[in-house]
Amino acid sequence: MTELAAEPSLLRSIGDDRTPDGECDLGDAELLALHRSLVLLRTYDERSVVYHRQGRIGTYAIHWGHEAVQAGAVHALEDRDWIFPSYRESAVGLLRGIPPATVLSWWRGHPAGWWNPAEFGVASICVPIATQVPHAAGFAWGSRLRGDDRVALVFFGDGATSEGAFHEGANLAGVKRAPLVLLCNNNQWAISTPVADQTRAAALVDKAAGYGMPGIRVDGTDVLAVHKAVRAAVTRARFGEGPTFVEAVTYRAAPHATADDPSPYIDPARVEEARRNDCLGRFEGYLRRRGLLTDELAETVREEALDLMRQGIAAAEAEAPPDPELLFEHALVDAPASFEHDLAELRRIGR
Amino acid sequence: MSGRLLVEAVNDALHVEMERDATVMVIGEDVGRAGGVFRATAGLRDRFGPDRCVDMPLAEAGMLGGAVGLCMAGWRPVCEMQYDAFSYPCLDQLITHVGRYRWRTGGTMSFPLVVRMPYGGGVRAPELHDDSPETYYVHTPGVKVAIPSTPADAKGLLAAAIRDPDPVVILEPKLIYRTARGDVPVGEHVVPLGKARVAREGTDVTLIAYGAMVPVAERAADALGRGASCEVLDLRTLKPLDEEALLASVRKTGRAVVLQEAPRTLGFGAEVAAILAEKAILDLRGPVLRVTGFDVPYPYWQLEDWYMPSPARVTDAVRRLLSF
Repeated sequence: MTELAAEPSLLRSIGDDRTPDGECDLGDAELLALHRSLVLLRTYDERSVVYHRQGRIGTYAIHWGHEAVQAGAVHALEDRDWIFPSYRESAVGLLRGIPPATVLSWWRGHPAGWWNPAEFGVASICVPIATQVPHAAGFAWGSRLRGDDRVALVFFGDGATSEGAFHEGANLAGVKRAPLVLLCNNNQWAISTPVADQTRAAALVDKAAGYGMPGIRVDGTDVLAVHKAVRAAVTRARFGEGPTFVEAVTYRAAPHATADDPSPYIDPARVEEARRNDCLGRFEGYLRRRGLLTDELAETVREEALDLMRQGIAAAEAEAPPDPELLFEHALVDAPASFEHDLAELRRIGR
Repeated sequence: MSGRLLVEAVNDALHVEMERDATVMVIGEDVGRAGGVFRATAGLRDRFGPDRCVDMPLAEAGMLGGAVGLCMAGWRPVCEMQYDAFSYPCLDQLITHVGRYRWRTGGTMSFPLVVRMPYGGGVRAPELHDDSPETYYVHTPGVKVAIPSTPADAKGLLAAAIRDPDPVVILEPKLIYRTARGDVPVGEHVVPLGKARVAREGTDVTLIAYGAMVPVAERAADALGRGASCEVLDLRTLKPLDEEALLASVRKTGRAVVLQEAPRTLGFGAEVAAILAEKAILDLRGPVLRVTGFDVPYPYWQLEDWYMPSPARVTDAVRRLLSF
């Protein structure tokens, strides 16, 4: 058994040329706001790959094709809700007002990439797989204990579901009825390892039952379906009914990161198909069918996003090299005496 | 003042600090209904309720990761790891997040959490109830580490850790949980982190110890009697280390023996020896000697008395050093 058997059906809202669109209760303004977010994330991603090739940012984890999972989820939250991203969602904070220069600085390895999670309701980008899941569970549980009306949403990938941290965090959220949305972007690949090598479960969403929480399996290239699924999960969470596992099914149509060459392992036919059915194209088709999007508007939105990115990379590149003081300054509230000594020595000797 | 056991002093500190600050909560395995396997958290659930003294699922990494999130939500979690060697899964979160998150946010977010655990051997327990894991914790940047040896310090260091804005790991010497008895100040009592304690004054040699090795050093000093005037320095906090007290004592005595229950290689004794080599070389009248556990797995308990540093091994080291 290498194929996933008896997969649960996918929640979909956006049809295509052959299938009708489902119902949608979002207003025109919200639909266009979603579109702007998708375009911003897409533009961010495509420009970042270019910036990497130009040597202007370091290794970058590509999220091409996953914009609907990210934007659909963020738009289903209230501003007071918190988001716990993995590196695959590095730019999700842009939808919360984090400047592109900040996230680009993060990929440039510059401390200008720091932000205050409390200011944006966006935790720091988490690099070690799944380890942010317990953070989100603890935050959601702790918020509930304090009587705060906040929900947390944590992003992770299919590979993360094999990690102990995923299990421990999901279980904690279940036990404590934490107001948490566990959002798995199942893009079928953990670098080169296919999801069939991660689990024998017919679908990742089946894991939800083991934690006593409902699961929703949704087409991750359908931004309206993602929005609908996450909004249902957020509503449950906010009403004290506990966490929900949402599996958004996508296909990774790009390398894992700029340092990866997927040609030895990826299925080019599936990549081609994923690129044809990409989430932004699908949503733009939908908006055009509804008469909400014209070529002119699409171009304007794209230009706005490009402008933001141009300003962002310029601002990131204008940052002065970080002072060695920053090695020490924020490691602890109470710096030990050795820090001062070490810094003085660095200043005396230089690099 | 009253004569209290070390584990009672821990319990006292938790009561006082949770009373003082409503954002302090205790989480751990069996800490609520049972009051902890050593009863360090007894009474907290009754007094403060099951939301502030929380029985957690058996998942040490998840617990500490959850504590990171609790900090973000405004809590000051005190996490009990049930035993030294059961704490290892939590190193995942400690190393990847607890020690780094503040820096990662440019100092905009603090993580005032405490990890406390009973540590050390000599208690005739099954395998993996006996480890001295302090090096793993001390070696993790962004984390402070303290180890008390007296009931008063067990209370005061824990209170300091709870009030500290940075993550602090406290290792409590379980061997003397119920044998160390001493006066403990009533009510609020804080022993600042980073300050060592001269447990006994002397002039010939400094015995440098912490936790359950402090009474071993004191017994060795007793056994040597007039043969050697031993100063016993109880480090109390391993990070940040009170270098001033360490250097002052060795300046006075000119000799140092470091005691450590953990395996020898890269143990805390090596750090002490390195600091003395860097900063006290002209004060030293002989080599810095270490009396430590061995570089072997902690043994089954019928062998553990051979493993544990004993007063006899310390007195032997002192005699060798005096005749150097």
